[in-house]
Amino acid sequence: MADLHNYTINFGPQHPAAHGVLRLILEMDGEVIERADPHIGLLHRGTEKLAEERHYLQSLPYMDRLDYVSMMSNEHAYCMAIEKMLAIEVPLRAQYIRVMFDEITRILNHLMWIGTHGLDVGAMALFLYAFREREDLFDCYEAVSGARMHAAYYRPGGVYRDLPDAMPRFAKGATKYHSADEIARLNDNRQGSLLDFIADFCSRFPGYVDEYETLLTDNRIWKQRLVDIGIVTPERALQLGFTGPMLRGSGIAWDLRKKQPYEVYDRLDFDIPVGTNGDCYDRYLVRVEEMRQSNRIILQCVDWLRKNPGPVIVDDHKVAPPPRAEVKSEMESLIHHFKLVSEGIHIPESEAYAAVEHPKGEFGIYLVSDGANRPYRLKIRAPGFAHLAAIDEMARGHMLADVVAIIGTQDIVFGEIDR
Amino acid sequence: MVESILSLLTLLGFPDWLQSVIIIMLKIVVILIPLLTAVAYFTLAERKVIAYMHVRIGPNRVGPRGLLQPIADAVKLMFKEIIIPHGADKALFLFAPVLSMAPALAAWAVIPFEAEMVLAQVDASLLYILALTSMGVYGVIIAGWASNSKYALLGAMRSAAQIVSYEIAMGFALVGVLMAAGSINLGEIVMGQQGGFWHWYWLPLFPLFVIYFISGVAETNRAPFDVAEGESEIVAGFHVDYSGMAFAVFFLAEYANMILVAMLAALMFLGGWLSPFEGIGIFADSWLAAPSILWLLVKTSLFMFLYLWFRATFPRYRYDQIMRLGWKVFIPITIVWILVIGVAIVAEVGPWFAAGVAHG
Repeated sequence: MADLHNYTINFGPQHPAAHGVLRLILEMDGEVIERADPHIGLLHRGTEKLAEERHYLQSLPYMDRLDYVSMMSNEHAYCMAIEKMLAIEVPLRAQYIRVMFDEITRILNHLMWIGTHGLDVGAMALFLYAFREREDLFDCYEAVSGARMHAAYYRPGGVYRDLPDAMPRFAKGATKYHSADEIARLNDNRQGSLLDFIADFCSRFPGYVDEYETLLTDNRIWKQRLVDIGIVTPERALQLGFTGPMLRGSGIAWDLRKKQPYEVYDRLDFDIPVGTNGDCYDRYLVRVEEMRQSNRIILQCVDWLRKNPGPVIVDDHKVAPPPRAEVKSEMESLIHHFKLVSEGIHIPESEAYAAVEHPKGEFGIYLVSDGANRPYRLKIRAPGFAHLAAIDEMARGHMLADVVAIIGTQDIVFGEIDR
Repeated sequence: MVESILSLLTLLGFPDWLQSVIIIMLKIVVILIPLLTAVAYFTLAERKVIAYMHVRIGPNRVGPRGLLQPIADAVKLMFKEIIIPHGADKALFLFAPVLSMAPALAAWAVIPFEAEMVLAQVDASLLYILALTSMGVYGVIIAGWASNSKYALLGAMRSAAQIVSYEIAMGFALVGVLMAAGSINLGEIVMGQQGGFWHWYWLPLFPLFVIYFISGVAETNRAPFDVAEGESEIVAGFHVDYSGMAFAVFFLAEYANMILVAMLAALMFLGGWLSPFEGIGIFADSWLAAPSILWLLVKTSLFMFLYLWFRATFPRYRYDQIMRLGWKVFIPITIVWILVIGVAIVAEVGPWFAAGVAHG
């Protein structure tokens, strides 16, 4: 009898469905996966080590670059860890702003996920529809921080600055690519403040989600490709360290926003969707519903923020720099500012773990300080890492095409896995 | 026009056999040049149509409104190096694109564009087309095998299995057509549908019509049945290792096949060059009611648009699901409908199977 052996395929790191630099060694019997071995580390940038050499504020922008599709959520966990160690109370308005942008980030992340997941399974159109909406949300990022992706907007003690009163607009007049009418149309919903723009987006967004759902939810091919694929039982999901939509898809209603409310989540009204079968289709439904719930939360935040002006960062100048005007006129403020940007914050000897309900799951920052102006050790708990570790279990016995669907449903981003 | 060329050739002293060879060659050129132009612009149309469905603009940089884009693509591909992978079977590697291109073009020999406008008047033209379109799969299989790449081999195996199973459903759909028309000559099949929109075969053969077109989509490896090249799974499938013109030839063959399937659907189910306004009083004497190649092109474009529409909206099937659809859904439906047609012919139902329409 001929010598039989499995067909081994090198899936990635350069592969259209590898979501970055995933390298999977697939052992297959025909098209059926016998073993999926993920190889990671191709995007390792040493974030944790780098943080040990920089003072606390300098490490903050690195957090944006961990999970580079949900930037502000990463910053949030980092700032929360520092605030915990310093025992700072963040102003209420800043908390609302953070929650609002956390949810904007969640929508950003889920739009990216639905687009690429669709593309993996072969539905091209969704990707571009999702990016159309992402564009508006990036404009919100840009309005508060000046950067469209890597915002560095959250700071220990609050947020960098208050929301702008005027939404930035496109320059008037025709360009080579757009007529004056088109630009006027683009500027239509940018006439008011940022909050007006966000409220307008939130009024449109459920319609967009309906659009995605008409394309996918009841589509026979979409269901055939997702239902009963990559089933994870609730017990296994817990054992594997799943969090976020991956865990909720398996039917466990675990959400840090409800179970360990941070910031102002306990004052807001929202629901946690859970699945029943733990397959790709349930996780798809959970994430789609999460987009709708995030939309609800954002609207509540917009409402509160409109009514309640106030400070957005603590008044403690050992943590947050004094206002610019004071720096120009007062000696003490100037010294504070100089010390903060050159030497940074000193954190007393302590350690803290802070976690947020990141769009992908529990994103945690564990900080150890030895009293210096930089962390003794920074440990990042990335949700995607635990999810990717389960790919072998999820993909075994399925076909090659299902591996792609499973990678899509895990919502993998290599920035956080490789760190 | 043929006569004037013939008399010119006689005048120049060409022997008879050479004259007919020259005439055939000229006819081939007259079919191929518009065909290849259509293929080139079909790629542009695809990119534009899908772009608009995706709220994008699509190619608009080369020439006015991007109209020279296919030319630019062709020039680029021609100047690219054809890389032959290490360990590939060189002869087969280069032969595979030819093997997929040749049948895709040869099939056009028997396509009637109008009542007498056909290169080769073959009695069994439907069989000829069925035979040639199944040949194309050899190009795919050989390409996948000769590339010495695991992705390509997977693509080739998927493609082989898929085409073999859809060939059957497609064949049965065609059996329905030939039963209805009582002929396997494409020209006669079209003539059997005379009498206006409601006399075309799409109505009595509706299940076969749908299955034929879906099988055609599967047969040409297009979305949502594009598992043989499944972008996100096996990258580009059987042609993953091809570059330059060798790749372009596969591409041309795929698009030529798409146009072929679209045109066959128009010929067999939508009355080919017959006018949809035939038999309607107010149009009776106008050009609208007259049969012309224009109608054929309009109907073909309709199917070609469907191809693009599918691609823009549907997720991709999984390989085993395609097999299941082919064997467990399409083949039983076609068999049942063939029986239905048999009964309908015996009972001489409607305007389609009335005695004397096509059955002598």
